[in-house]
Amino acid sequence: MELMDKLTILADAAKYDAACTSSGLSRGGRPGKLGSTMASGCCHSFSADGRCISLLKVLLTNVCAYDCQYCVNRRSNDVPRASFTPRELCELTIGFYRRNYIEGLFLSSAVLRDADYTTERMIETLTLLRREYGFGGYIHAKAIPGADPLLTHRLGLLSDRLSVNIELPSEQSLALLAPDKAKTAILSPMAQIRDSIAHSRQELTQYRGAPRFAPAGQSTQMIIGATPESDRHILSLTQGLYDRYQLKRVFYSAYMPVSNSRLLPAPQSFRPPLLREHRLYQADWLLRFYHFRVEELLDESHPDLDPRVDPKCTWALRHMDFFPVEVRTADYEALLRVPGVGVKSARRILTARRAGPLSFEGLKRLGVVLKRAQYFLTCGGKMLDGLRVRPDRILGHLAAQERPMLLQTMPEQLSLFDPVT
Amino acid sequence: MSWTQVSYTYDGSFSGFLTCVYESYRHKEAPAAFSTPEDPRISLYPERPVKSDPAKARQVYLSLARKISPSARELVTLGFLTCAEERELLLWNYIWYGYARGRAAGYDLSDPRVAALEKAVRHLRNEVHLFKGFLRFSDLDGVLAGEIEPKNRVLPLLRPHFCARYPDEDFLIYDRTHREALFHQKGSWAILPLEQFTLGEAKEEERGYRALWRRFYTTISIEGRENPRCRMSHMPKRYWNIMTEFQEDAPVPAGRPVSPPPLSLPT
Repeated sequence: MELMDKLTILADAAKYDAACTSSGLSRGGRPGKLGSTMASGCCHSFSADGRCISLLKVLLTNVCAYDCQYCVNRRSNDVPRASFTPRELCELTIGFYRRNYIEGLFLSSAVLRDADYTTERMIETLTLLRREYGFGGYIHAKAIPGADPLLTHRLGLLSDRLSVNIELPSEQSLALLAPDKAKTAILSPMAQIRDSIAHSRQELTQYRGAPRFAPAGQSTQMIIGATPESDRHILSLTQGLYDRYQLKRVFYSAYMPVSNSRLLPAPQSFRPPLLREHRLYQADWLLRFYHFRVEELLDESHPDLDPRVDPKCTWALRHMDFFPVEVRTADYEALLRVPGVGVKSARRILTARRAGPLSFEGLKRLGVVLKRAQYFLTCGGKMLDGLRVRPDRILGHLAAQERPMLLQTMPEQLSLFDPVT
Repeated sequence: MSWTQVSYTYDGSFSGFLTCVYESYRHKEAPAAFSTPEDPRISLYPERPVKSDPAKARQVYLSLARKISPSARELVTLGFLTCAEERELLLWNYIWYGYARGRAAGYDLSDPRVAALEKAVRHLRNEVHLFKGFLRFSDLDGVLAGEIEPKNRVLPLLRPHFCARYPDEDFLIYDRTHREALFHQKGSWAILPLEQFTLGEAKEEERGYRALWRRFYTTISIEGRENPRCRMSHMPKRYWNIMTEFQEDAPVPAGRPVSPPPLSLPT
């Protein structure tokens, strides 16, 4: 089979994986090697669906022993199958990397024979790439659930980031749709990776030459909309993963109808929940950078995120007693709670305040966008001049601002400038 | 400001600009305009030609860190690379304000003079970041060559990134807008003016990789999520002209196999 055909089949099979970031690690180049990585990550292109292309995202093989209903590569699906040889994939990666097409390799694989054999093949490929080709760029590898812990460990020593896909947000859904995978089989490598990362960090403080295990951390992804879980359930799970497994990122992937299985939404009338995915990412951002907890965003009477406005606005409208926030005196935490004020804006406000009292005019010059923030801020005790809105009308105004954006299908896999955590 | 206004003519270099700052303080004159050989201006104000003087420039350069702050000096240095309209006046106003306010000028982000320079530098930094990703190289007989068409002068800031990324490669990046090029050969580099540059004809292997990349680019997109506006906001169209995925190679002359050419792989 020609390399072109293999690339087509194996990129096509990998495209439903949402993660494509190259962030979280800064490593300079070294003479005799090829490549470096940067902490902010780097997008090399954006595909027609608006998602960032940072890594060469392919499967090593799409020949799969499993039969997960939601997956294009399931055993029972009639699609062309192919496999890269380790050398082919190395040549391709180096060829693309030298031309600055990509930031590195995202290596995933279907389960060929069994988890151990698949992981061994991945290790073989990455060893060749790192050792013989001297590749110093970014490598994101998928750990295969069920593989021997020693093999997963070797995989982590060759990669910058590891991920284990949690696939579906609950155990029942997993049992129903992915009969070959068990929740424990997914969570145990996650825990192993977490411990290896912590151990490697610890060793590095003692001697510089210690081997680095997945220095850019681990991530996971789950499919949204194929199964009936609520946003509250999904975000609680996410929060648990951040707290207990120290994940860098959780990715959400709106389910694309790739199957006729009776267990899944029928492909004919199904529209992928792109807006819901977008709102989940926004809430995810609140958890990671804005010190929010899921319990604040959603509760039993509100199990799902409001599609009309972003989750921070929803929170603000339910807590009007917290507002208005006084720009001249509020602390960082309070500023972060204001809709429309992000991490950067809040930091800039703190900096600018050291030089003198701020005005709304000054805020605009700082680069703070007042479109949403104006309803929740005062400067020297006064609201923005000319702003007359009754508190019960704010939701309408905020929703109206978003509407033109919502008419088109939603963007987002906010990966550009994915900040270091 | 009660200083008399004059129009400065200098050689367009950073050190020339710093000499202008020196002269303006010595003669107590405020600049009304700056004229360079690249960008000549006709002004009604009296003209003062300034000859670039490294000693004076150095004195101003050191004073920026001492009298304002080291980060203010970095801001001025970067500000000189931006494409902001009247960037010399912008810089001069910032320096004037900085000398008067000292360290506080560094964090007075809501002052119009500081905000204007900050904004210009943000634009520069943002463009640099985008070009780190969007720049494309072609392998021409072992030398990597790429072209860019930036608004700001990004080469000095791209240099550390690409030199670290390809320590053992020989490469060249040509800036069409400012007609200069970054050369990297055997671990040493130089940024030199270059009037004209055209990429040579691509060989078969190069065409092969381009075709593979284009195929990967179209394959990786999910049809059900197509969103051209989202793509355009992340990757504005003005960058597309340098990107392999939006270009097509001229057809291979008759008698030779049409793409995709097989890549030679050692076994």
